[in-house]
Amino acid sequence: MTRPAETPRARTRGSAAALVFGDLWEYDPAPETADPRLQEQYELFINGRFIAPRGGRYFDSINPATGRRLARIALAGKPDVDAAYRAAARAFPAWSRLPGRDRAKYLFRIARLLQDRAREFAVAETMDGGKPIRESRDFDLPMAAAHFFYHAGWADKLEYIVPGGRARPLGVVGQVIPWNFPLLMLAWKLAPALAMGNCVVLKPAETTSVTCLKFAEILRDAGLPPGVVNFVTGAGGVGAAVIAHPLAAKVAFTGSTEVGKAIMRQLAGTGKRMTLELGGKAANIIFDDAPLDQAVEGIVNGIFFNQGHVCCAGSRLLVQESVAERVIPRLKFRLRHLRVGDPLDKNTDIGAINSKAQLARIRGLVAAGVREGADCYQPACRLPDQGYFIRPTLFTGVTQSHRIAREEIFGPVLSVLTFRTVEEAVEKANNTPYGLSAGVWTDKGSRILKLSTELKAGVVWANTYNKFDPASPFGGYKESGFGREGGRQGLQDYLQIG
Amino acid sequence: MNAARHSTGLGWRQAFGPVDAVGVEERVAKYTTRSIKKASKLWGLRCAVSMVDLTTLEGKDTPGKVASLCRKALRPHEGEDIPPVAAVCVYPAMVRHARRHVRGTSVKVASVATAFPSGQAPLRTRLAEVKAAVGDGADEIDMVINRGAFLAGEFGRVQDEIAQVVAACGPATLKVILEVSELETYDAIRHASFLAMAVIRPGDFIKTSTGKTGLNATLANNQVMLDAIRDHYLETGVAIGMKPAGGIRTAKQALQFLVAVKETLGDAWLTNTRYRFGASALLNDLLRQIEKERQGCYQAPWNFSDATEAY
Amino acid sequence: MPRLPIIKTPKVLVGGAFIRSESGRVFPLRSGAGAAVANIPQCTRKDLRNAVELAAKAGPGWARRTPYNRGQILYRIGEMLESRVAEMTDALCWTRRGSAGRAAAAQEVSQTIDRLVHYAGWADKYEQLLGSVNPVAGPFFNFTVTEPMGVVGLIAPAEAQLLGLVSLIAPAVVSGNTVVALASEQNPYPAIVLGELLATSDVPGGVVNLLTGFQRELVPSFATHAHLRAITAVVGPDHARTLGLGAAESVKRLKVLPAGDVDFGDNAAQGLSWIRALVECKTTWHPIGA
Repeated sequence: MTRPAETPRARTRGSAAALVFGDLWEYDPAPETADPRLQEQYELFINGRFIAPRGGRYFDSINPATGRRLARIALAGKPDVDAAYRAAARAFPAWSRLPGRDRAKYLFRIARLLQDRAREFAVAETMDGGKPIRESRDFDLPMAAAHFFYHAGWADKLEYIVPGGRARPLGVVGQVIPWNFPLLMLAWKLAPALAMGNCVVLKPAETTSVTCLKFAEILRDAGLPPGVVNFVTGAGGVGAAVIAHPLAAKVAFTGSTEVGKAIMRQLAGTGKRMTLELGGKAANIIFDDAPLDQAVEGIVNGIFFNQGHVCCAGSRLLVQESVAERVIPRLKFRLRHLRVGDPLDKNTDIGAINSKAQLARIRGLVAAGVREGADCYQPACRLPDQGYFIRPTLFTGVTQSHRIAREEIFGPVLSVLTFRTVEEAVEKANNTPYGLSAGVWTDKGSRILKLSTELKAGVVWANTYNKFDPASPFGGYKESGFGREGGRQGLQDYLQIG
Repeated sequence: MNAARHSTGLGWRQAFGPVDAVGVEERVAKYTTRSIKKASKLWGLRCAVSMVDLTTLEGKDTPGKVASLCRKALRPHEGEDIPPVAAVCVYPAMVRHARRHVRGTSVKVASVATAFPSGQAPLRTRLAEVKAAVGDGADEIDMVINRGAFLAGEFGRVQDEIAQVVAACGPATLKVILEVSELETYDAIRHASFLAMAVIRPGDFIKTSTGKTGLNATLANNQVMLDAIRDHYLETGVAIGMKPAGGIRTAKQALQFLVAVKETLGDAWLTNTRYRFGASALLNDLLRQIEKERQGCYQAPWNFSDATEAY
Repeated sequence: MPRLPIIKTPKVLVGGAFIRSESGRVFPLRSGAGAAVANIPQCTRKDLRNAVELAAKAGPGWARRTPYNRGQILYRIGEMLESRVAEMTDALCWTRRGSAGRAAAAQEVSQTIDRLVHYAGWADKYEQLLGSVNPVAGPFFNFTVTEPMGVVGLIAPAEAQLLGLVSLIAPAVVSGNTVVALASEQNPYPAIVLGELLATSDVPGGVVNLLTGFQRELVPSFATHAHLRAITAVVGPDHARTLGLGAAESVKRLKVLPAGDVDFGDNAAQGLSWIRALVECKTTWHPIGA
């Protein structure tokens, strides 16, 4: 059995050395059982009270993992939006004059109450939006609470935010947020606005209103003065009413570039302030000297986090040609033990696609990729019989002109392109109207700094991906929007300076 | 990547690639969020029992202590469905005592050798120790690499010494202890893994630690070594085994290590011919958790033989 | 017999060269007294397109200059203006009357020099105030730096034909943007002189491009040109709306200063917030580990 160590070994690449990821040891279902404490019906939250919409209409919020109704949500009409703005405008003078120290204490209270009920909210978030409980529990909820904690501390320090400028709150701010991180986006929007002394009218996405309205309970329990925060629910029409309302001193929107542009058109010539956090088509660039295993993990985290429903998802993988044949098989291995299924199962890595419409859009783009000749790989995993699910998808042989390389898919679909030189990598990465984020993987420090300078993106993750923090400004270049959220830079957009 | 002898023209970093410390620690943190329940938990616990190298490495070891260890190894707890452990691991002087108790069973005798744990003896002394242990009946040899030479940049020497130990082992399986806490960085752990794998044989192991320093097996250094094993396997087709040792005391930890194996190397490594735990206290915690799963209630330590916690 | 002087043909600075409009069209500049002063190039959308191309070409090099160097160049513009105060004052006076008008013009030139000196000093300082190192909750080094937006469109006010124009240009170029600016329609002559001065101030060709012409003709093209990443415009409500609608198509950063709202002579018309409006913030994360 001993073989002299000096003997050169036969290379047995390929099938002889394939790894087996089978069912020898399967994880049993591990459902999260905490009670999300849901109501059958949710009302609007205006002036500190839960009130029925004047039109008396409601719509269903669907659990995308089952396709069944989770709750009935009030549908706001124009008069409701108007009532919300009037309540906010009435609350503004007192709220903005409140000592910053006391505004801070409200935000700290909110953060604490959210932490207390984190598991309950995580379950509700997962049921309403389809994201895995592992993510809502370990990412969305802690990060949402962290945003309130971070911004609370700024409330009595406005004069330090912009050197040399006198800072005042703007007034009532209209905010419209998307469905991919419902509660976290709410926190990103509310926390800085409130800390700076503004009042808010916020509309959550129609498919994910539940945690927003549950959050209203926290605002009520925290004793936040009535009218400081108001929630109106509904679809695009309600959003347009929130954007267009004459009492809005500023509007903040996170969502698609398409809707962002519509908002800009709607507000053209009004002089109203805007911040927009829009779509992306991020490049994740892997050089041949990269820490490959961590890069593979970063790629996976970059595109399959939250089913790929992430504006900064690393949806374009740019691999240096010399290392592509080592990266791609490792990526495929990694995909094979991503677990797709019941979002409430603690071992689920990829949950349900947020809505039927979104699933259809993703499937359409995957079909376009196949039609245009890219090679499609999907691991053979079982999908649940009901609900909206799709396998993690990897396209190789993709070029810059493929639709899957240009359009934002907002789903678990990764396109792999190759490059040869640093210049080519930068060119390809920047060859998009978007500019939200980018990833760089290399062991060479000076190259990281060069790329982080030349990549036209608001966030550059070097040897990591999809990291967020309330202290870290986030936001895009080009058609990915303008304005920043997080950090000192994010506060400036909620202040009148000078 | 060329996993051959160290004579490559490239620097080792270019040849094997770097490891990002934060990234690997993030990766393994995800293993700890896997929720292993019910039947899958029982399977994992039993599997872990079968992978234990039940170890005693103390100056005060006696033939009597070794006998007791061997009995525990053969029959860890009452019940038909609890497998024996993989091996007992002892000092060379205890090999012949251990041999007597486990002869004819599936339990192997493993012996540390090569001036364990420091390795600071002349090479000929270390090789003689290996040969003596094998001569006394050791099935497996756990050697330590020459960390001094490694840190001095004498990689060829480190590798040659391992190759000579391989030759001295004869039919015995070799486990190469990198002593990760002394190598300090993940880059160095990865590099040393490749140095060893290039000269050991299919079925030999690489191993994290002696258990005699402050930091032993962690999920992260286990992961770096599993990744290296996978790369070596994909490149050469040679399957190397892995043994984390020291610091794994609870069943929960052991399951997390097994999750790492499952998700990195797959089903073929979920066996004691390719994965071992170097441990002593771990075994009783595994048994305790198995009993808890069987009986549905938590167990007191004194229901398990050779328990160290009697309070 | 008095010597018959020759009259300078006004040309605009685009891409480091002095050009007439590609259309061959001109419009007359008349003095306050109604006398013909000069025929000003009536730049067209094609001139705008060419200027944007040249500005884009100049952009990376300008952005890579050290802040110290950009500061020196801005200061150099101030020096050149100081040496041509009389000529610039004359240029402003084409549309101003009497000794009061002349005094105001002279003051405007002085203020413009001071403004250039102000921004020259900012070049290597604003980053320390706008950027940051961010204390994130994890083993990462996280920092935010600013970067120029790219090619910026500027539409200068009708009044304060020099000070207004320079007050828009300086905060844009100090951070490494390159600009295409439309001069005052009412008196474009100071912009003609400014071009001559920029060309001799070590400003690389294409960094500042000056167009003369009509807002009604050029604003729609400024609005919709997707390569312009930002626009600062001093315009009336109709043009503001046109710019807003056009900006939407490529998510352009738009800052409209209602005509007449800004007193460019005031200190509020300069400073950090003007620089901030034309930079992007970029945040970089990197793990900390051995």
